[in-house]
Amino acid sequence: MRGKKKFAILAVLLLILVMGFAGCSGGSDAGADGSAGDEPSAGASEEASADAGESTGAEAGDGLAPIAKENIKAAFIYGSAVGEEGYSYAHDLGREALANEGYEVTYVEGIPETEQFEKTVRDLINEGYNVIYATSFGYGPYVEKLADEFPNIYFNHATGTVTKTNLSTYMGRLYQSQYLAGIAAGLKTESGQIGYVASFPLPEVVSQINAFTLGARSVNPSATVNVKWTNSWYDPVTEKSAGLELVNTGSDIVIAYLDTMSAQIAAAEKGAWAIGCSTSGAKVLPDVYLTAPIFNWANFYTKNVQDIVDGTWKPDFQFLGLETGVVDIDPLTGNNADGAAEKVAAAKEAIIAGELNVFGGEIKDNEGNAKVPADGALTDEEILTINWFVEGVNGKIEAVSE
Amino acid sequence: MIQDIALFLQTAIIMGTPLLLATVGEILTEKAGHINLGVEGMMMIGAVTGFLVGFATNDPLLAALAAGMSGFLSSQIFAFLTVSLKANQLVAGFVLTIFLTGLANLIGSNYGNATLSSEFTQKIGAVAVPGLSRIPLIGPALFHQSIIVYLGIFIAVSAWVYLNKTRFGLSLKVVGENPSFADDAGIPVAVYQYVHIGIGGFLSGMAGACLTLVIVPRWQETVTAGMGWIAIALVIFATWNPSRAIFGAYLFGALKGLAFKFQGTSIEIGGASLSLPSQILDLFPYIITIAVLIAITLGKRRENQPPRWLGKAYFREER
Repeated sequence: MRGKKKFAILAVLLLILVMGFAGCSGGSDAGADGSAGDEPSAGASEEASADAGESTGAEAGDGLAPIAKENIKAAFIYGSAVGEEGYSYAHDLGREALANEGYEVTYVEGIPETEQFEKTVRDLINEGYNVIYATSFGYGPYVEKLADEFPNIYFNHATGTVTKTNLSTYMGRLYQSQYLAGIAAGLKTESGQIGYVASFPLPEVVSQINAFTLGARSVNPSATVNVKWTNSWYDPVTEKSAGLELVNTGSDIVIAYLDTMSAQIAAAEKGAWAIGCSTSGAKVLPDVYLTAPIFNWANFYTKNVQDIVDGTWKPDFQFLGLETGVVDIDPLTGNNADGAAEKVAAAKEAIIAGELNVFGGEIKDNEGNAKVPADGALTDEEILTINWFVEGVNGKIEAVSE
Repeated sequence: MIQDIALFLQTAIIMGTPLLLATVGEILTEKAGHINLGVEGMMMIGAVTGFLVGFATNDPLLAALAAGMSGFLSSQIFAFLTVSLKANQLVAGFVLTIFLTGLANLIGSNYGNATLSSEFTQKIGAVAVPGLSRIPLIGPALFHQSIIVYLGIFIAVSAWVYLNKTRFGLSLKVVGENPSFADDAGIPVAVYQYVHIGIGGFLSGMAGACLTLVIVPRWQETVTAGMGWIAIALVIFATWNPSRAIFGAYLFGALKGLAFKFQGTSIEIGGASLSLPSQILDLFPYIITIAVLIAITLGKRRENQPPRWLGKAYFREER
């Protein structure tokens, strides 16, 4: 009897082990599968890393040296799965553009903002990757550490705050696009109430909501933007629930600053209109989709890599507005109010020409305190640290510990 | 205001339906003396299977059955490990969740952009019962819902009848309370355990499909986002009673919406405005569950206690 029991326990352990492994590899296989197409054959990769090693030796004293186009190996690190829409997907379109121009690129997705990022990047550098694009804000401390350790590698950190000789940061002035989307929403809404589903009350998110509200109220002074926080960057069911709640309580347009379209799908079901985020939602919700603030990261990445080839790459903070094409507004669909497209186009031109500053002119917060005088404007610094809502936002900024 | 509450209740009930299905399934499993922590994983595999079949065939019934079957088959892995091989149930269930979550995300990785046809969503979407759905307050909640809501209530009530009014139900309870008594009475213990773990898996699979076919309704990575764990908590909240699970599931569904209701509102106390952080509201289901757990332990009422053999393996030779 005892022997039989021992056998049973052994068998169980074995099965659990096998299942455990299958589970793990199930997860990582998805990533490997996705990137396999871009990975060079073993031979090519060895050659490239040997090259990289040589140039490192030759230029060691000077720090960063230009890299010939064929020797560039760029790696993109995403905080979430690429999927088919949203923030990481938008960056990945930029990566694809590089691949189409013949650059050697790869990506890893779903890397948390922990030591795992550091380890992942070390592995990539060992494989010969010499240009790193870290796309998530929370990678900051690890990027800084790695940049010190590998002075010959080009580091680029999206939404980052610290620059070093080989570490550049870049982000889009998506708030400008939000302002334009706000104009479309302000013209479209009948109830005067617009729902905004957002993740955490971070300055980056707050500035989006503020710009959107300012845009909406520039054409519809009584419009209100109702904000609901999901306290997560990714939770389709909660997002849907937030979307339903907003429409149930009177909002007739829903926009979400999140990676999925769940909130907008809720809006569609309830007969409300939807504004996408980061990438176009025209395919998913053709009947109710109005427009979306979007990124065209390809414009940034192709120029950035070209700068490395030309030796003109500089470590600085790039805050890229409508004029660079990195941020834009998705062409307005036929679902929009009459004349909306013209008004949005005019505002876009004015912003590009520098005649219109989204955060310029008299601005009050939503408790009635004057924040910006009629002849003033928020500085970039103030935009990036904003922690109050403009007048017209119905929502609260809770303290976040994130 | 009345309209506000009516729509709020409507949302609460549809959000609670996947919880209800999974909870009833887990109650039946636990009544057989087995605690299966694989609910989250079985919901995931059901979510992806249901979505893919629904996407390919446009047939809601087939999609629901396929989702249920995927959950059933997964649960049989757990049953084999814990009933036949007497493995630790907590470990086996937990591993099942990890395994199935990874597997489901792998299977679904290419379907992130797939959408169900409008023909399909009409078949399974909310239908207003003429007249009745216009009743103020409760009309939309009870009579303007997807068919899955009624199915959920039907399954929960059937499970209650099964447990309390049939011989099979009685035998099942004996198996969960004391398998050696059941053995003496000639009840096939292992068969009962396999079957009810299987039913639990079937319902969990359907619960997952409810997310990807009705609620979200799309395939999204890790779409369950912890719902399976809430279902396990709900089993305790419902004190292993399927009819109480109906109330509990809708309450937990409502809490999700309630968290949004409370956002941005603040209470004025002596001039200081106090707002309820939404994170606290997200914690409510778990706090309530712990409170109920303490209450039933202190209360010692027979019918509220967990099955006595819950979580233990039954070695026939060692009686």
